[in-house]
Amino acid sequence: MAITLKINGTPHEVDVDGDTPLLWLLRDVLGMTGTKFGCGQALCGACTVHLDGQPVRSCQTPVDSVGDSAVTTIEAIGQTPQGAALQKAWLELEVVQCGYCQSGQIMSAAALLKETPKPTDNDIDAAMSGNVCRCGTYHRIRAAIKHAAGV
Amino acid sequence: MDGLVLGAQIADEAALSRRAFLQGTGLLLGFALTGASTESVFAAPASQVVENEVAGAFAPNGFIRINPTGAVTLVMPMIEMGQGVYTSLSMLLAEELEVRLDQIQVQHAPPNHALYANSIIGIQNTGGSASVRAFWTPLRQAGAVGRNLLITAAAKRWNVDPATCRAKDGVVFDAQGSKHLSYGALANAAAKLPVPPTANVKLKNPQDFTLIGTRAKRVDSAIKVDGRALYGIDARLPGMKVAAVAISPVLGGKAKTVDEKAALAVKGVRQVVNIGEAVAVVADHTGAAKKGLEAAAITWDDGPNAKVSSADIVKQLREESQKPGTVARNEGDASKAFAEAVQRVDAIYQVPFLAHAAMEPMNCTVHLQKDRCDIWVGTQAPTITQSLVVELTGLQKEAVKIHNHLIGGGFGRRLEADGTVLAVKIAKHVDGPVKVIWSREEDIQHDMYRPYYLDRLSAGLDAAGRPVAWTHRIAGSSVMARYYPPYFKDGLDPDAVEAAAEPPYALPNIHVDYVRVEPTGVRTSWWRGVGPTHNVFVVESFIDELAHAAKQDPVAYRGKLLGHNPRALAVLSLAAGKAGWGSPLPARYGRGISVQFAYGSYVSQVAEVEVAPDGSVKVKRIVCAVDCGMYINPDTIEAQVQGGTLFGLTAALHGSITFKGGRVEQSNFDTYLPMRIDEVPVVETHLIKNAEAPGGVGEAPTAIVSAAVTNAIFAATGKRLRSLPIDTNSLKSSS
Repeated sequence: MAITLKINGTPHEVDVDGDTPLLWLLRDVLGMTGTKFGCGQALCGACTVHLDGQPVRSCQTPVDSVGDSAVTTIEAIGQTPQGAALQKAWLELEVVQCGYCQSGQIMSAAALLKETPKPTDNDIDAAMSGNVCRCGTYHRIRAAIKHAAGV
Repeated sequence: MDGLVLGAQIADEAALSRRAFLQGTGLLLGFALTGASTESVFAAPASQVVENEVAGAFAPNGFIRINPTGAVTLVMPMIEMGQGVYTSLSMLLAEELEVRLDQIQVQHAPPNHALYANSIIGIQNTGGSASVRAFWTPLRQAGAVGRNLLITAAAKRWNVDPATCRAKDGVVFDAQGSKHLSYGALANAAAKLPVPPTANVKLKNPQDFTLIGTRAKRVDSAIKVDGRALYGIDARLPGMKVAAVAISPVLGGKAKTVDEKAALAVKGVRQVVNIGEAVAVVADHTGAAKKGLEAAAITWDDGPNAKVSSADIVKQLREESQKPGTVARNEGDASKAFAEAVQRVDAIYQVPFLAHAAMEPMNCTVHLQKDRCDIWVGTQAPTITQSLVVELTGLQKEAVKIHNHLIGGGFGRRLEADGTVLAVKIAKHVDGPVKVIWSREEDIQHDMYRPYYLDRLSAGLDAAGRPVAWTHRIAGSSVMARYYPPYFKDGLDPDAVEAAAEPPYALPNIHVDYVRVEPTGVRTSWWRGVGPTHNVFVVESFIDELAHAAKQDPVAYRGKLLGHNPRALAVLSLAAGKAGWGSPLPARYGRGISVQFAYGSYVSQVAEVEVAPDGSVKVKRIVCAVDCGMYINPDTIEAQVQGGTLFGLTAALHGSITFKGGRVEQSNFDTYLPMRIDEVPVVETHLIKNAEAPGGVGEAPTAIVSAAVTNAIFAATGKRLRSLPIDTNSLKSSS
């Protein structure tokens, strides 16, 4: 079925089954590969995108549930103040290792900072514990979120 | 450059970076450079990592490509999987070539044994914490050769003595600094000069390093924070299809029934490929492929391994480890020493099968054509991958192109080419390029696991508590025998006994042997930390047991046995000092220490833990002292200590793959638990600076951490843990 989705400010008309996860629409149909596949079960957060600013796991978000919501992905998060501050902090603190999970980490962190501009450690734990990093960059993720938030 | 295009994004990026370089060179021509090297010579490349091979006008060796446009490309013989190797190896080249890191782009090397083999490993493999150790000298030499040729080309043009010229930031200056030529402007002329023998080139004195030893910025960070970085799973080709795959849940089984019709009825599904050992559903996108695979409702004939179980595997290890093995080391007379000892300590240690569970699931994109085969994959073993594809396709080596990619976590998994082999078998039935993606469940259940080991140890102590007798038998699978048969000699696997055959301590009567036991129906392979990741846990736990039996402090006890080993003693003292060893702790808190020499580096860690009355373990703090000799980038080392420690700690706390009915019992991150941010302890790194040859750091913290933690649990509770993962049930408070 033809569905129109607003992604990073641009409408895209696509023809896929309505139960297709948003992740595969982004990656395979639209070629936006910045959003990553990690587990397929909303257990790792690698596929995190925003729907109207709220973080969701795109591997468990059927395209027909998106409706008119604005989809924001890692490719465009730098255009928000939180996304830009986080990307800068990520670079200044050298957070990345393999980098595969970092799209999802930054998307979760951007949603956190929008909601809670000055997060505590507990806020960071609560917002970020759904995002897995097997390289173990967690120390620097925490430090970079604080750095971006100025706390 | 290949005829095939790797997708519009890369092509655009390459064009962008070429334009950027052209503009940069334009700037150079427009400005009068007056010897100050702070001015912009090259614009920074749009992406510092390029996928396709870059031809260079000036290519004096396998590592340097410089074009008249000024583009400086460094070809990376080892692959980046997070460990920072694209930065550290670039630093080695750039230090001698005299270019800044922000002036370069790096390219994944193609498979080429002659140009890119790792001298420690013997083939072009990224692993064993061997990249910096192996390329420390060759890459500096390569850079120096390049610099000398570019300086010679400039001196010729100016008709001056090359010895009076100098190079900095990609520009050659004459003696007065009044004349200058960029590397780009010199590329064609330098390419015509004879390349001097590498051995004749003088390298910088380490005191003159300006880049090596600094906290230089990673070259791959920018593309990893905005989604531009391309991993194998991101490969896109015109006309490409994607395939979801189901592999027989029991090793050696075959698909019995496949409902092809139901799969094909799913919108977007194009084809069902049944190769027996696996079934792939090929579709327009992964969503459709996965839905089709589910609809196919595959049933399996489990085959001969249907009864494989962890209980039987452990039983077999217990039995076979009672027989003598191949001797790895025998010094002094352990039997005699036991007879004379005043106290004897015996123990059996066990460590589980472990999955890699890298964040990027296994995947491989294949385009098999009549006369060539292109592979897009992130691999730690490009030459092995190429050879296996040659074998499968019958094509010539030159016709098999391996397009390597950034790896979304390797940890040893991508040393194996089984994912590529499976993808090629599927691609044989598919017209056009196909990307095969494993689900997380397939990735965990069809991993090649860190072997399960069972170790038997005994020690005899003299009246002073010293270990005068030491025997250690290791039983388990030999990865080496399968992977590098030439290194498996006379029944001895040098990896399986690494860090056990030669513990850092004074052990006058030591006997270490190895019994190879291959578990049926289980594939084993390299895992971050390899042999030492199991042996250091065993040796460092047992030494702790001996300290306790001798009624001595664990740090003081180790210190007395390290008098002959000053570098090991130094890391022990540093870690203990920084951790506040000996200062009081609350009840059910404890500190534990471990010491290790492996991968050419000395490391010691102190863990501080709290064990709750319900047995749950909270690791509060890890203090790590590192002597890895002369170091390239201290920030990378700290990152590896943080990450490597968490990788090992995750396994110690949660990691275990078990088998029942031939099947792996774990499947996703809810049953094979990763550490999450709310569980992370403080990790401190304390580096010892010296002029020793560089050692590896990628695996050292992973191997050392579990013993530090279990020794700390012993200090907190009096309970000795001789198997992993940590059994919190056994740690419940009796009160």
